[in-house]
Amino acid sequence: MIENLQLLIDVSLLAFLVLIVFASIKMTDLFVVTMLFGIFSFVSALLFLDLDAVDVAFTEAAVGAGFTTVLMLSALRLTQPYENVKHRHSVLALFIVILTGAALFYGIADFPDMGDPNAPVHQHVAPEYIQLTQQKIDIPNVVTAVLASFRGYDTFGETVVIFSAGVAVLLLLGMGQVKCKQEPEENLVLWVVVKPMIALILIFGLYVQFHGDFGAGGGFQAGVIFASGFILYSLVFGEMYARRVVPAAILPRLAALGVLIYGVTGLMSLLSNKPFLDYNALSSDPVSGQHLGILLVEAGVGLAVFSTILLIYYSFSGREVKHHA
Amino acid sequence: MMIIDWISDICLLLGGILTLTGAVGLLRLPDFFTRLHAASVTETLAAMLLIIGIILDTGFTLDSAKLMLLILIMIIANPTITHALCRAAANGGNTPEMETGNPLQSSSQTVSQSSQDKQVQTETEISGKEPK
Repeated sequence: MIENLQLLIDVSLLAFLVLIVFASIKMTDLFVVTMLFGIFSFVSALLFLDLDAVDVAFTEAAVGAGFTTVLMLSALRLTQPYENVKHRHSVLALFIVILTGAALFYGIADFPDMGDPNAPVHQHVAPEYIQLTQQKIDIPNVVTAVLASFRGYDTFGETVVIFSAGVAVLLLLGMGQVKCKQEPEENLVLWVVVKPMIALILIFGLYVQFHGDFGAGGGFQAGVIFASGFILYSLVFGEMYARRVVPAAILPRLAALGVLIYGVTGLMSLLSNKPFLDYNALSSDPVSGQHLGILLVEAGVGLAVFSTILLIYYSFSGREVKHHA
Repeated sequence: MMIIDWISDICLLLGGILTLTGAVGLLRLPDFFTRLHAASVTETLAAMLLIIGIILDTGFTLDSAKLMLLILIMIIANPTITHALCRAAANGGNTPEMETGNPLQSSSQTVSQSSQDKQVQTETEISGKEPK
């Protein structure tokens, strides 16, 4: 009964995803399409949650539904709100799409069943990680252990990728400036409610940052949540004031500092004749060394993600609106 | 114990019914503001009843404390979102339909009229902006 119910939920959520995709292809109102993308992210977050991938669901909800929607809206501000509808029917495109789809469906046939314990992904390193997390690292959240310790190299790479994404946006769009110093529309209800909300969001961000060893969360999610507090402030009270709280010029340095913290943590273990990012070297006791290493690395990730997210937001929202004649 | 279970079931059932009415209202009601009203019923009362039902079902644990916090946030945040949406719509030129007389008939007519107007306006807007 329970398994059937879960299957039903999975299937209906997946059906929702397909429906949303078709709707967003058909819609010509770009604002509606942006909202549909947000709904898409929320539905896929639910799907991840149903698959017990809480950390992934967290990230999807924060980045996909929250931050990306804000970015899309601020990009939409620069253009017209409706799609230029041109009905073109290309037979070649249809042929290619059908061929690709057929190839993908052919590939699905070779996949193991969902939740199959004999699937290759559960045979290779996963049992080892689950066992060693208890012994060597001694934290409840295996995802954090895999992310920050066993696969520390990969996560370092991801942090550098996020940093370089921020640098790329900075190079392409620049930091932008708030040209019009107009006050935002006076909305007392929003102001009164948003102020304590921002405090709650920031506290929750810190909780996610430092509680990542014990529950769902970690540097990536915490960085996004922390940045979204500032983005909310900027949206409600005006970007001018947000830039006074966190100056745009400081953000690239903070992002670089985050990557630096991660790298230096790796180098510390290198200095005491251990492999790069081997946290056992950080303390006399290997387990507490692991704890310290994960804490430092997560702090670096959080700082890098926070400043990159805010940097990208500033770059997008600081662009000038060019009115087309 | 039995009574708590009963109350929990009633809360869940009421929450489900209110969610359903909210969805029906969202689809059937004539203009933006009435639809917003239907949605706000779902996101305040229905969601709260559902969570209260879950709290009573799980008993007093850490999870139920988190759910209570969630109720607090929802009470504050969701009406504010409705307010902000409403205000944004009013500032964007969307005025509520105010009709006297037979409310159902006249409002449905005006809505079909206004939606046609909007369609026409949209088309002219697109064709006006297209470089030809």
